[in-house]
Amino acid sequence: MSDTTTSAPAPRPKKVQDRIDRLRAQYSTGGDRRRQRAEQLYSASQWQLMRAKFGKHKLAMVSLYLLILFYVVAILADFIAPYDPQERSRQHIFAPPSAIHFFAPDGGFVGPYVFDSRTRVNPKTFKYDLIVADNADMNPVVLFPKTDPYLLMGVIPMSVKLFGTTSRQPVFLLGADNLGRDLFSRIVHASRVSLFVGFGGVLISFVLGVALGGISGYVGGKVDVIIQRTIELVMSVPQIPLWMALAAAIPAEWTGIQTYFAITLVLSLVGWTGLARVVRGRILSMREEDYVMAARISSASSWSIITRHLIPGFTSYLIVHITIAIPFMILGETTLSFLGIGIRAPDVSWGSLLQQAQDVVVLSNYVWLLWPAAFVVAAVVLFNFIGDGLRDAADPYAK
Amino acid sequence: MTPSASLKSTEPRLKVEGLKTYFFLDHGILKAVDGVDFHVGEAESVGIIGESGCGKSITAQSMLQLVRGRGQIVAGHAVLRRKQGEMVDILSLDPDSAEMRSVRGDDASIIFQEPMTSFSPVHTIGFQIGEMLRLHTKLSEAQIRERVIAMLGRVGISNPEVRIDEYPHQLSGGMRQRAMIAMALICHPQIVIADEPTTALDVTIQAQILDLMRDLQDELGMSIVYITHNMAVVAENVSRVYVMYLGRVVETTTTERLFKDPKHPYTQKLLRSIPHPGRPVERLEVIEGSVPSAVDPPRRCGFFTRCPSAMAGVCDAAIPALTKVDDEHWARCFLLSDEKEAEDEWSSL
Repeated sequence: MSDTTTSAPAPRPKKVQDRIDRLRAQYSTGGDRRRQRAEQLYSASQWQLMRAKFGKHKLAMVSLYLLILFYVVAILADFIAPYDPQERSRQHIFAPPSAIHFFAPDGGFVGPYVFDSRTRVNPKTFKYDLIVADNADMNPVVLFPKTDPYLLMGVIPMSVKLFGTTSRQPVFLLGADNLGRDLFSRIVHASRVSLFVGFGGVLISFVLGVALGGISGYVGGKVDVIIQRTIELVMSVPQIPLWMALAAAIPAEWTGIQTYFAITLVLSLVGWTGLARVVRGRILSMREEDYVMAARISSASSWSIITRHLIPGFTSYLIVHITIAIPFMILGETTLSFLGIGIRAPDVSWGSLLQQAQDVVVLSNYVWLLWPAAFVVAAVVLFNFIGDGLRDAADPYAK
Repeated sequence: MTPSASLKSTEPRLKVEGLKTYFFLDHGILKAVDGVDFHVGEAESVGIIGESGCGKSITAQSMLQLVRGRGQIVAGHAVLRRKQGEMVDILSLDPDSAEMRSVRGDDASIIFQEPMTSFSPVHTIGFQIGEMLRLHTKLSEAQIRERVIAMLGRVGISNPEVRIDEYPHQLSGGMRQRAMIAMALICHPQIVIADEPTTALDVTIQAQILDLMRDLQDELGMSIVYITHNMAVVAENVSRVYVMYLGRVVETTTTERLFKDPKHPYTQKLLRSIPHPGRPVERLEVIEGSVPSAVDPPRRCGFFTRCPSAMAGVCDAAIPALTKVDDEHWARCFLLSDEKEAEDEWSSL
């Protein structure tokens, strides 16, 4: 038994002491900055708080910047893609990604260039092989080469691209397809359709979901039953056949832009059900809250109860839902186009580019045709990371 | 507060010194508990009182190292005499260690303020109370059940054989609080920290619960720390009181003295703000304002902003030390003594 007079300072476990020392060191500097920040936080609005919290989610911030880059590229596609998506080069069918050299064959630095090259069918394997002559010309890859005049975003007349070669030998960053078209240019142009299909689709399904879910939850009774059974019906039909049936109804003679909007509509008509259910659930539980009762007692109308008292209660959820729903729309469009019932040639989307990768023989010989899939994955993952960050930031009760 | 070194019987069961529990937030350090000393003797009841946000509950949770997340006990000692008689400084144990877990529930347990949320809704109360025995003893299931039923009967739950298999939602608030007490006492702990045990209950049940705890204390010989803002609980149940304000003990003495002759301006104002039945007044006296933020508090008396007798240049220049003002009576005020609190490595942060 130890001495009873004790209060002799027993040391803390090392793990705990280390943490204390670390915290003390961390907080011993920057006190003024913290106090200043605290003052800002006290008077910050909900949105400012959310932004501050989101800013601390590093993964989400990086994802946000990358995604913004994606969208900038999509908007400036004409400028960034070195070639027109339809531009063919018969000498470069299934050309692999160009090797970009920086040093001349004799060893001196000359900046980026590509050799003159072409592809030819190998008579033994029937595979297109890259052929580079021994004394092939060097074609420098430069920034802002002159091209034929075009209209950037349909309005700004331009005659330079971001990068390219000045000679007839093209540079294929990601290789070429079965008609010798530059895959990178096609992916950049396709990102317009693929990245923006999400917004339109989410907008429609969002309105449908919130409205129908809200009515279902607030009104209840027969209306609720009807809407819920409709949702179950829509949900129970296998998604891909349903998409296919709806997409098959798109007239073949419609233009690219019409098809695009039709696809958006198809995706959103199938996609609203999940949101509607959640909104209904939230409203069901929240309309029993005392503050809703208080609003009713002060004779607020149903409309103002829904919009002023109920919906703000799950705004954070809605924001997160939107960021999570967009990648689903992107995937939906990719699936449809991959199956050949979405975006049709000559328009391109990531899904329609992947159609070429359907053939295993082609794919095993020319793996770079899978590049569009990498972009789909990247976009979806980035959206999910952002959604994750938003969920943490938007929840006022999270620590 | 010099511990009597020679006599073992007067050695307190729990002795806390210099406890500091801070929360490390983005915008500064929240000094929730900033140097608290107290001790509890054998089978003694002491009260810790103070208004919301003064650090009472964090003090309680620090005793069992239950502070998590951004919170950290940065300094202090809490020496507890365990059942077998050995002394252990609770705060020197690793919060996750087997030894710390063997202290929780067995030697020291806690009664939480909200019986509604302190029980798991998906397990029977019998299971949850029996869990304590399952963790701390080697009794068989049948023996555990027997003990739980006996304990439920002891805390005044009728029909314990039936109630043991019920879920928390099937019990009334008072019943749940009783079950909570049963859970805290089932292992016969040396010391019970009752964190506002009656706040959620109506007065008649309050009285019953307090009587019950007193009876159990006489029977089991445990020490109780009542943490409350309810003066009536203090007046009736405890022998000594610690008054807390902004993370510090500002006054401590016997209950009798505290009510008769409070020394600290805060205690004086606090006692004057209690309504006395049968004595009509125009308006109850209030303490203007509210407890200031404990995030990076300036080095001055915590009560400076609300004190009627604050002395500019004195009270806002340093923190008064807890000094002896009378027999068994300590207070922390420059009106009573000029002694200042010593600074340490955390003061300047």
